[in-house]
Amino acid sequence: MSAAPSALPARAPRRAGDRIADVLFHGATLVPALAALALVLAIAWKVADGSRLAFHKFGLGFVTSAAWDPVKGVFGARDFILGTAFTSVIALVLATPIAIAIGLFLSELAPRGVRDVIGALVELLAAIPSVVVGLWGILVLGPFLARHLDPVLHGALGWTPFFKGDIPSAGTGMLTAAVVLTIMVVPIVASISRELFQSVPRELEEGALALGLTRWEMVRGVVVPSARPGIAAAVILGLGRAVGEAIAVTQVIGGFSGFSLSLFKPGDTLASRIASQYQGAATDLQVSALVYLAAILLAISLVVNLLAQVIVRRFEFQRTGGT
Amino acid sequence: MSAAAPWGRPSPRLRRRKAVNLLMEALATVAALIAVALLGTVVVSVLRRGLPAISLDFFTKPPAGFGATGGGLANAFAGSLVIVAVAALMALPVGVLTALYLSEFAPKRLEQTIRLALDVLNGIPSIVIGIFVFGILVLSHQQSGLAGSFALAIIMLPLIARSTQEVLRVVPETLREASYALGISRWRTVVGIILPASIGGILTGTMLAIARAAGETAPLLFTSSLTAPFITWDPRQPLQSVPLTIFELSESPDPLDHARAWAAALALIAFVLFASLLSRALLARSRRKLGQVG
Repeated sequence: MSAAPSALPARAPRRAGDRIADVLFHGATLVPALAALALVLAIAWKVADGSRLAFHKFGLGFVTSAAWDPVKGVFGARDFILGTAFTSVIALVLATPIAIAIGLFLSELAPRGVRDVIGALVELLAAIPSVVVGLWGILVLGPFLARHLDPVLHGALGWTPFFKGDIPSAGTGMLTAAVVLTIMVVPIVASISRELFQSVPRELEEGALALGLTRWEMVRGVVVPSARPGIAAAVILGLGRAVGEAIAVTQVIGGFSGFSLSLFKPGDTLASRIASQYQGAATDLQVSALVYLAAILLAISLVVNLLAQVIVRRFEFQRTGGT
Repeated sequence: MSAAAPWGRPSPRLRRRKAVNLLMEALATVAALIAVALLGTVVVSVLRRGLPAISLDFFTKPPAGFGATGGGLANAFAGSLVIVAVAALMALPVGVLTALYLSEFAPKRLEQTIRLALDVLNGIPSIVIGIFVFGILVLSHQQSGLAGSFALAIIMLPLIARSTQEVLRVVPETLREASYALGISRWRTVVGIILPASIGGILTGTMLAIARAAGETAPLLFTSSLTAPFITWDPRQPLQSVPLTIFELSESPDPLDHARAWAAALALIAFVLFASLLSRALLARSRRKLGQVG
């Protein structure tokens, strides 16, 4: 698309003023366009630079050390990395099937009017600010889970390491954090998978139905396979969102240095630890340790995003290369 | 699909296949209902708990002093207004010019690189952006509304640039060709023809970016959080904001603070939903207009 205008034989502009203006205009758009690139590099540099003090003190051992004691001045990221991975993975496991089902409902099942309304509602769910979801999580969802769901889980699955221990009375903890993250991930994955399913060629679907397949068999045999790489990318994008969410998680996870497999226990993720200490960082070393956490978080989110990009690019290539 | 029916009873196999189909359709429908119910419960909670605390004072009065209760959150509304407006003023020109460069000038290689940079920027957690701005602006000076605006502008930039690029892509090629055929220079074509044709879409993208930025808390934690409890409009000072106020009030043990947090959440959600709906309307309108041209 963008190549089309330049492919036209560019006639020399009539007036010198216009020619100069064209050059200036080119420059005036080029400089801001490079801003995004510069920002990405500057963020990476500044975060690395800010964590230097902690890096000199703790080295790469920071990543595997469980200590976090501002009084003694020792810091480590292990528990927060584990907390991030644990809550995000649970959120994805819960969110992916629901989101794909929503995508299928919207693209294959719902009549047109219903589809537009519910599609819009799903997108509005994505637009709710995370601090509001967190507020709801701590004051409504947490107490609800503590009263109704936690006892059931504890009774049925209390023998597994995941539901051991006392039920948190306030309803804060890893389970609430994971559910809050699920709510934030579902609309992202759902709206992307809906678009993917809708872009599956109509003829393929009609062909499958014409062969006598039921709608579900058509979905399983035609729609899902041709959208699979895209769904993978959508799930990875959802993972990026879950990993990076700071505020809502801070509000509901309970803020605790330490990691336990039990979902009833409080914990912290990388992002929530940074967010919860914004006013409490007393020493330069602690500030630097927080920036070190941010550097790890940045590295994780870069890997996750680039992975999603690679999948999307390859998917697009297959699509255009195949037809 | 029920082609077998007139010929007799469907075979058990067909009946099983149909049952599975029905089950799966039901599951998908239930999933969609879950999403709607979730949105419903969140909105209803906010409405039910927020409405009682809403009054005129809530929007026009700053909080009462330490120890006293009452007063409103006018300082937060004023602060959010300033921070988000300044952020939009920073991000809008840069975002639109970026999109223009990508769609009108960029060689393919550079276009892909910048697009990737925009996507990466969009994927960076907002708390990391807050830490970045803290590092370059706050450590050397102090917290300020401007620092908060800068952090929000970084979040808005990829949203505006990518949505503008999408709009520029649907401007009919015939418009461009007609203009070039008349011997009109490139910058005049862009300023006089392409931008006016895509202004609706650009506004849509900007609206959505503003809605997103207005609800962001994490970038403001380190950049504009140490604030005084009275109304200030000066962006060189740290400014209170609505999302940060909700965050702080939600951590408080006092139920009165919770009521104010719900009320602030109600105001924030109302704004975000209004902005989303408005941008949808704008988008539909600009689509219609472009359709007439093409």
